[in-house]
Amino acid sequence: MTAKVVTIASGKGGVGKTTSVANIAVALASRGQKVTCIDGDIGLRNLDVILGLENRIVYDLVDVIEGRCRLRQAMIRDKRLPELYLIPAAQTRDKTSVSPSDMVRLCDELGQEVDWIIIDSPAGIERGFKNAIAAANRVVVMTNPEVSAVRDADRVIGLLDAEEKGPAALVINRLDPVMVKRGDMLSVEDVLDLLAVELIGIIPEDENVIVASNRGQPLALDGKSKAGLAFQNIARRLMGEQVPFMDLESQNLFQRLLGRK
Amino acid sequence: MSFLFFGRKRSANSAKERLQLVLIHDRTDLTPAELDSLKDDLIETISRHIEIDPTAVTINVAQDGRSQRLVADIPLRSVGRRRGRF
Repeated sequence: MTAKVVTIASGKGGVGKTTSVANIAVALASRGQKVTCIDGDIGLRNLDVILGLENRIVYDLVDVIEGRCRLRQAMIRDKRLPELYLIPAAQTRDKTSVSPSDMVRLCDELGQEVDWIIIDSPAGIERGFKNAIAAANRVVVMTNPEVSAVRDADRVIGLLDAEEKGPAALVINRLDPVMVKRGDMLSVEDVLDLLAVELIGIIPEDENVIVASNRGQPLALDGKSKAGLAFQNIARRLMGEQVPFMDLESQNLFQRLLGRK
Repeated sequence: MSFLFFGRKRSANSAKERLQLVLIHDRTDLTPAELDSLKDDLIETISRHIEIDPTAVTINVAQDGRSQRLVADIPLRSVGRRRGRF
């Protein structure tokens, strides 16, 4: 078995990388796939709390790389899904404790055991980002429909091309169809015109994302919310299925009737 | 969709236009000042070989997917007009 290694990157922080890693991993695992996600944000770990696994950490990524434990010991098994694992980041170390070749070696070994390795890249384009993309077969770039996030996504897409890790697949997160309709938010088409990359997901703004993170229960576990469904669709597209993009505007008819601006 | 609302352009359009310019400069590492100086050099070089109208020269970076292309429009002075001056 050789796993597909997918890294989620964005350049800018706060666009939703960690939430997406958690949800894409959950969505893949709920489809019977064996998945391990790796938190690449050494020093600022968060994937554990988003997944609700923060109380079960014994060993972390740096422990594996520095040989203090076996790979299996650092893989925390998610009890809600049979084949979902997390390798958490070290919290008291920094990005230089891992090198790109360490990541390649780790993913080679891990890839013998699972179908998917999903890596959460830290923000920025320095060492942590380089570590996160080193072993990737595919990089998903996240952006929000805002000038700063789109600009940083463009930088990351350009760097991925230069490192021969492209072409990147794009996820547009936190899209508000009402604001787009009003002309006060970049539309999906605008962002695609600007970035000229393949689109793999559109995630609507959804307050359930915060509720889910409060509880440590990723949305894609039930898949009833719009955002949860959007993450399920991304997982299906990663698996090679052709899935049409959701019609977000018609789903907002109710909100429009309520007179939400 | 209406581009004007109370006489003001909708903010998404401003965002797109501003990003188009910013991304060209980010991708090419070429500032507007450098582009101007390139234009002057180009006019000087071409003028050594053929007569052109320097005021009508335009030079722009155009986008073609993720690659950029430098597009120069350099109108030539017609031979007839040039002869007319003698």
